[in-house]
Amino acid sequence: MSILVGRETRLVVQGITGREGEFHSRQMQAYGTRVVAGTRFGKGGQRALDGTVPVFDTVHEAVQATGANTSIVYVPAPAAPDAILEAVDAGIGLVVCITERIPALDMVKVMPVVREAGARLIGPNCPGVTSPGRAKVGIIPGSIHLEGSVGLVSRSGTLTYEVVQALTDAGIGQSTCVGIGGDPIIGTSHLDVLQLFANDPETHALVLIGEIGGSAEEEAAAWAADHLRGIPKAAFIAGRTAPEGKRMGHAGAIISGGSGTAAAKVAALEAAGFRVAETPGQIAQLLAAQGVATT
Amino acid sequence: MKLQEFHARELLVAAGLPVPTGRVATTPAEAAGVAQELLTAGASGVVVKAQVLVGGRGKAGGVRLATTADDAERVASQILGMTIKGITVRKVLVAPASDIRHEYYLGAVLDRAAQRILVMGSAEGGVEIEQVAKEQPDAIVRVHAHPHLGLLDFQARHVALALGLTGPHLSDAVAVARGLVRVMLDNDADLVEVNPLAIVRERAADGTETDRLICLDAKITIDDSALPRHADLETRRDLDEEDPADREAREQEINFIHLDGTIGCLVNGAGLAMTTMDLVKRAGGEPANFLDIGGGARADTVAAAMRLILADPRVQVILVNIFGGITRGDEVARGLVEARAQQSRAVPMVVRIVGTNAEAAQDILRQAAFQTAESLEAAAAQAVSAARQVASVAEGAGR
Repeated sequence: MSILVGRETRLVVQGITGREGEFHSRQMQAYGTRVVAGTRFGKGGQRALDGTVPVFDTVHEAVQATGANTSIVYVPAPAAPDAILEAVDAGIGLVVCITERIPALDMVKVMPVVREAGARLIGPNCPGVTSPGRAKVGIIPGSIHLEGSVGLVSRSGTLTYEVVQALTDAGIGQSTCVGIGGDPIIGTSHLDVLQLFANDPETHALVLIGEIGGSAEEEAAAWAADHLRGIPKAAFIAGRTAPEGKRMGHAGAIISGGSGTAAAKVAALEAAGFRVAETPGQIAQLLAAQGVATT
Repeated sequence: MKLQEFHARELLVAAGLPVPTGRVATTPAEAAGVAQELLTAGASGVVVKAQVLVGGRGKAGGVRLATTADDAERVASQILGMTIKGITVRKVLVAPASDIRHEYYLGAVLDRAAQRILVMGSAEGGVEIEQVAKEQPDAIVRVHAHPHLGLLDFQARHVALALGLTGPHLSDAVAVARGLVRVMLDNDADLVEVNPLAIVRERAADGTETDRLICLDAKITIDDSALPRHADLETRRDLDEEDPADREAREQEINFIHLDGTIGCLVNGAGLAMTTMDLVKRAGGEPANFLDIGGGARADTVAAAMRLILADPRVQVILVNIFGGITRGDEVARGLVEARAQQSRAVPMVVRIVGTNAEAAQDILRQAAFQTAESLEAAAAQAVSAARQVASVAEGAGR
C-alpha cells in the first residue's frame, strides 16, 4: 500500500493543454500513473498527449466518462481556486494543486467547501505526491525514488528532492512522498499526512521536512509524541539561519513576533522522539541508526 | 508588501473608518503649510510622523509634536533626512495632535492554523501586541471572522464589549472592527492593524468637549500573491525605500534577501535556498544572501541572479546549488558561463548541479573550468574554504 496515490489512482489533469500541464502529464504518464482525462474549457472533444488522453470541457464530464478519482491542477493562479472547487463539486476525492501565488484569502474561502465535500486538497504551491513504483501525481522527478517503506512529508519542493535522493542513494526506499506546499493556507498539513501514514501498513518509518514559520511542525510533533512512539522518525528543519521578519521565498516561511523559529520546531520534534538532522544528507544515517534497513 | 502609514490610513478612510485628517509632506516648508491648515481648522497642535516601513520610529525620535507652523517646520526638518534602522526618512505625515484619554489595540490578521481571519482586540493599546500576548494572554480578545460572511455584527459586538467600551464608543468600535475585516478582504491584506485605536477629547470653538473613538495609527500588509489584481495598491509601493537590488529581484521574479555575510548563494527553491544558507553557516561561513531563482528558471534569470549577488561588494565567493526538477541543469550551467563572461569582477565560484540534465550540465561546467561539488555539504565546505583564501589574500595584500 501507500497513501493518497497508488495503482487505484485515475487522474484527471486540469489544464492539460497548457505548457506546464502537458509537460508534466507526459512525465506522470511515463512514470506509470493512469492519466485518464484532461480538461480545458473550450477544447472538449480533443485528445491530448499524442492522442492517448481525452480532453473534456468540464471535470464533471471527465469524471462521468472516465471514472477519474484524483485531479491535479496546473491552471494559473487567477483560475486555480475555481478549478479546485470544480473538481470537488464533481466528486473528486483528492485534488493536488501545483499552482503557486494563489492569494491566501482565496484559500480561506476555498477550504471550508473542500472540507464540507469530504474531499482532500494537497497544496497549493506544492510539488505533489509520489508513491514510488505506483503513481506520481505532481512534478517530483520520478528518477530520484526507490520503492520502500519510509513515508515522507515536506513543505518544500527541491529540498524534498534533495532528501529523497539522499535516501535513495543510501538504499532507503519510500512508501509515499508528500509535498504539502509552502503557502500559509494549505489543504493538508504535516499532521494530516502523519495520521495517514500511521494507518498505512506498509509505512514503517517517517521523515518530516519543515521550514521556519507557522506552527504546523509543532502541531505534528505534539501528535506524534502520543501516537508514533515506536516508529523510527527523522526530521529536518530549513531556515536555522534565517533572519526574523523576512519572508524566505515561501509565503509561509517567516519568523514573526518570535514565533515560527527553527529552534522551537527542532525542540518540539526532538521531544516527540524525532531524530533531527543538521543536514539533509544526515537523515538516512539517522533512520539507519533507528534500525531502518538499507538495501 | 508593507504600506506606509499614510497609505494605510487612506484605505481605512475609504472603508469609512474614523481617521484624523492629515497630509504627507516631503519638505519642512510643506509640513509647515499642512500644520498651518490644521491649526487654522482648530487643531490645538500637530504631530509630525516619519513615514518609514520599519518599526520603532517613535523611539528613534521620528514622531514629534509641534504647536505652531514654525515649530512644525523645525521638527520636520529634523525628522526628514534622519535615518531609522538604516532607512532615510523622505516623507512625514502631519496630523492634528490628539488629547488621548485611552488607547486600545484592534487588528485583523490571517490566522494560518485556523485558516481564517483573526480579529484581535486589547484594552492595552499603544504597545506591541506580541508583548501583551506574551505577558497577559488573557488581556486579548480573539474572534475568527466567517470565511464567507466576514466578521458578523454579534462578533464585532463581542470584541467591543471585551475592550470595556461603553456608550457611543461601543457602536463605534463595532463599526471599526467590521471595517478592519472589510479593508482586509477588499485589499487582500494579511494584516490590518490599528494601534492605537484611541478615545480622544475634542474641544469645539464654544468650549464643549466631546470624546471620540478614532484610528490614530494604521499598519497594513498586502498579500504579494494578490498584487496582480490590485493595480491601485501596486502604485502605492514605496520605491524610495526599496533597495535597487530588491527592485531588480522583484522585476526578475527572483526571491532575494540581502544578508551580511561573504558567501553569495544561488539556489532553486525556497526550502533548498534556506538549507544552503544553513549549511554555509554550519561549515563556518556567513551567507551573503538568500536567493531562490524559482522553478524552471532559464539562462537569463541565472545571469540576473549573478548580477544581484555581485552587486554586494562584500561577496567573496558564490555558491550555486541547483536540484533540477522543472529547472534544467544544463540551462543553468549555460547561464553561469554567460554570466561569468559578463561579470564585473572575478569571484571564485563553487557549483553543484544535480537532477534533470545534470550530466549535460557537468560537461558544460567542466569545459568552462568551473569548480564543482557533488554533495551540498561538500559544496558548502568548498565555498567556505574559498572565502577564507580570499580573505587571507586580502589580508596579505593589506600588510
